[in-house]
Amino acid sequence: MLDIQGLRFRAALFHSIRTFFRSHDFLEVDTPVRLPLVLPESTIEPIPTGTWYLQPSPEQCMKRLLALGCEKLFQICPCFRAGERGRRHLEEFTMLEWYRRDADYQELMKDCRSLLRFVVDDLNGQREFHPTISRSWFGTGAVDRQWQRIGVAEAFAQWAPVPVGEALVSGRFDEIISIDIEPRLGREIPCFLCDYPAECASLALLNPDDPAVAERFELYIDGVELANGFSELTDSGEQRQRFRGELELIKKRGGRVQRMPEQFLADLDRVDRAAGIAFGLDRLLMLLQSAESIEAVVSFSPDDWD
Amino acid sequence: MYTASDLRKGLKIQIDGEPYIIVDFEFSKPGKGQALYRCKLKNMITGSQFSTNYRSNEKFEKPDLEERNMQYLYNQDDEYHFMDTQNYEQLFLTREQMGDNVNFLVDNMEVQVLFFSSRPIDISLPIFVDLTVTQADPWARGDTSGTDTKPVTVETGYQLQVPPFIEEGDKIQIDTRTGAYVTRVKA
Repeated sequence: MLDIQGLRFRAALFHSIRTFFRSHDFLEVDTPVRLPLVLPESTIEPIPTGTWYLQPSPEQCMKRLLALGCEKLFQICPCFRAGERGRRHLEEFTMLEWYRRDADYQELMKDCRSLLRFVVDDLNGQREFHPTISRSWFGTGAVDRQWQRIGVAEAFAQWAPVPVGEALVSGRFDEIISIDIEPRLGREIPCFLCDYPAECASLALLNPDDPAVAERFELYIDGVELANGFSELTDSGEQRQRFRGELELIKKRGGRVQRMPEQFLADLDRVDRAAGIAFGLDRLLMLLQSAESIEAVVSFSPDDWD
Repeated sequence: MYTASDLRKGLKIQIDGEPYIIVDFEFSKPGKGQALYRCKLKNMITGSQFSTNYRSNEKFEKPDLEERNMQYLYNQDDEYHFMDTQNYEQLFLTREQMGDNVNFLVDNMEVQVLFFSSRPIDISLPIFVDLTVTQADPWARGDTSGTDTKPVTVETGYQLQVPPFIEEGDKIQIDTRTGAYVTRVKA
């Protein structure tokens, strides 16, 4: 459980993030956390509540708001994923998501840089939080330097026991990312791991010049996966195909019964170009406060109950 | 059966017919990727350790483990004999199975014996035991440096460092988890 100082730090970070997005003309939205259906993703297990689900991410609602005509949106909200429990995982955690129309993943990377520079500077300037920040990974001013960018294939070539293609075929892609690659990313300066193979595109747009990779990136700081952003796939036909594949996988594993999100797909057709990103705020708090585990930065953790 | 989501530090699972305890555990999962359960496991019979990664679809057998209260009777050669305090049944563990526990074992001590598939494999001692010092160098009076320690031998033959005021015949309390001196016990 957080002490008062921890609660104040958390509140200050959220306040700072809101200030940043408002000053960049983003609209703050709050969408329902309880949904009748989730987007079909075989690697994410939603938590049911009655016949509905707790949202694994606000992605579905926020993209439908883009379709409504919103230009720039952000949201800070709780997300829920069954069975995710570890030093950096809780089944309920806090996500920051933002979306831009007429933008691609390059712009999201710029946003990440501006956001972190603003937030670190803002907190550092407050006497109450300055000592914590200066002791943390951010104490050296690393976010103000040039950030690193590395392609997934290049990262595999450098650190993995097998090339990326082989890892995909043998089903070891995620395992190698977790064990061999992640720990090496963003040690000195923040690092974008970019250009994920098309097989890992999920809801991302494939690169028109190289359809073997998706316009998707993850942000790493000090070996911690902080954010996942991409140019949105807005072709509902292709998205339907990908969802079909995911639904097959989910069914094959004997998991939940799930249906095609028809309204979501219909709304997707009303968006031309867009980009969106999900950013884990509890993990950012861990880094800012040099916390060893995610429990140390949330108001209540599962261990705080009788 | 356990599933991967049950895995955590301290959980006991069965692999290839042998009981293992998870001594180190880490969960990792890329946001859009598969979960990985990274475990360091210790074989509860041989003590050997290895690291491995499990995935969400894996299942694990529960080892058939049972703990019984028993009393230590005596040792003969390499055999350490115990008696079940409920049904007076007797059994022994070998010197090898006993490991460092022999350093703290005295006659009639109550211990917990761990059984795997009805076979004794390990014992757990009380956390604190009181043992008599059988050999100690006399305290060089005038040596006032309170931080110094000296070696002594206790009744089991175990040697450890204690404060200089401990003398032959004193009873001292020892922490069996670390083997370290805790305090002098009033006679």
